[in-house]
Amino acid sequence: MASYREIAINGLWQNNPGLVQLLGLCPLLGVSNSMVNALGMGIATALVLAFSNATVALIRNQVSDAVRLPVFVMIIAALTTCIELLMQAFTYQLYQILGIFIPLITTNCIILGRAEAFAAKNNVAKASFDGLMMGAGFGLVLLALGTLRELLGTGMLLSNMQLLFGPMAANWQITLLPNYSGFLLAILPPGAFLLLGLLIAAKNQLDARALERAKINQGPLAATPSRRVRVTGVIE
Amino acid sequence: MSLPEMSRSMLKNSLLLGLFAVVTVGLVAITQQLTAPRIVAAERAAQTQLLNQLLPAGSFDNLLQDSQVTLAVDPLLGNRSSKNAYIARLSGQPSAVILPVTAADGYSGAIHLLVAIKANGQLAGVRVLKHKETPGLGDKIELAKSAWIHGFDGKSLSDPAESGWAVKKDLGQFDQFAGATITPRAVVKAVHQALRYFDAHQRELLSPGSTAVENSTGRNSNG
Repeated sequence: MASYREIAINGLWQNNPGLVQLLGLCPLLGVSNSMVNALGMGIATALVLAFSNATVALIRNQVSDAVRLPVFVMIIAALTTCIELLMQAFTYQLYQILGIFIPLITTNCIILGRAEAFAAKNNVAKASFDGLMMGAGFGLVLLALGTLRELLGTGMLLSNMQLLFGPMAANWQITLLPNYSGFLLAILPPGAFLLLGLLIAAKNQLDARALERAKINQGPLAATPSRRVRVTGVIE
Repeated sequence: MSLPEMSRSMLKNSLLLGLFAVVTVGLVAITQQLTAPRIVAAERAAQTQLLNQLLPAGSFDNLLQDSQVTLAVDPLLGNRSSKNAYIARLSGQPSAVILPVTAADGYSGAIHLLVAIKANGQLAGVRVLKHKETPGLGDKIELAKSAWIHGFDGKSLSDPAESGWAVKKDLGQFDQFAGATITPRAVVKAVHQALRYFDAHQRELLSPGSTAVENSTGRNSNG
């Protein structure tokens, strides 16, 4: 049984959905062109993930293997639809910008993956926490990409935050590079791919350094490197 | 597994699956019930905001959304199905119309516009509703990206003259964007045609009690 600390480290770093498992790439690359889009998508995904993990853990002993997957999919689809309706009601303009990516949260592999690999085997509290941490890990990568792309693409940060936080956020916009002509590649999808690659490289570099330091301090086999898992197998 | 045992487990599983379907659909139905009024209000507010910024404040005093007329399909408007126009009135007199226009020849598909024309034939404003133009190049037609669209304000069918209704590259009056000529060319053409539509239909559109404009007359197949 994983401790809460392990669950948090696992979701945010060790098994990060965006940087290590490489799940949910479609929204990760599709809507990370600005901070407000990235943040909105990150929050929506994390909410669906936390609630679906909690629900799956709650009913895990009542559902037989034969109907497990359809039940999980039904739960995830219902939660996504609820989030979609709520976004439509409270953040209408952001809902219009994110468009098809909101209903597509249903098909995000992270969510079904966590339901299968974690929530179906753990209690409600741990499963919800895992959902929240995995969602936060995904959301943070989205936000990092969104920040980089907005800055490189437009020279600004935090623009249009009022779409998410209401009128009080209308003047949060920071122009870091005045008279910046914009770097088109950063806004287009290929730029998202390149930047994601650089983020993964940076993470691996940090991990490699930490591993080396651990080796020096405690001898060999002190830390295990992160695994990159493309399938939703057994991820503990 | 014997047959009765198997059918019992099948029955149990299907009942369970049915139960979950009922519960999840119920959850969605409740959320929809609770959010429906807010969603309608949000949609309306977004549309009101868009319509109101097209016309100068004080030039109309009616609720634009309550004063719509259905326009038949016309090549000058470019719409593929009949759409609604909005009639602005000032103390009962029509003062402007907002026409729905589609430019089918954008760089990547149709560009949907709203074109506001004052009763005297001058453009009050143009806004892009929806487009798929290249981000960073063609999307400068959006007001959020550039003030280019304001270049139409105050223009009319006679100002500039026929030949001026083109981008500068085509010896017209309107700026193109560096790296994107097709997009502004399509928008300029669509706005010009909307003005010609208004010219041909202004009596029906601006008749004091106009509620619906039936078959359009004076078709011009130049579009």
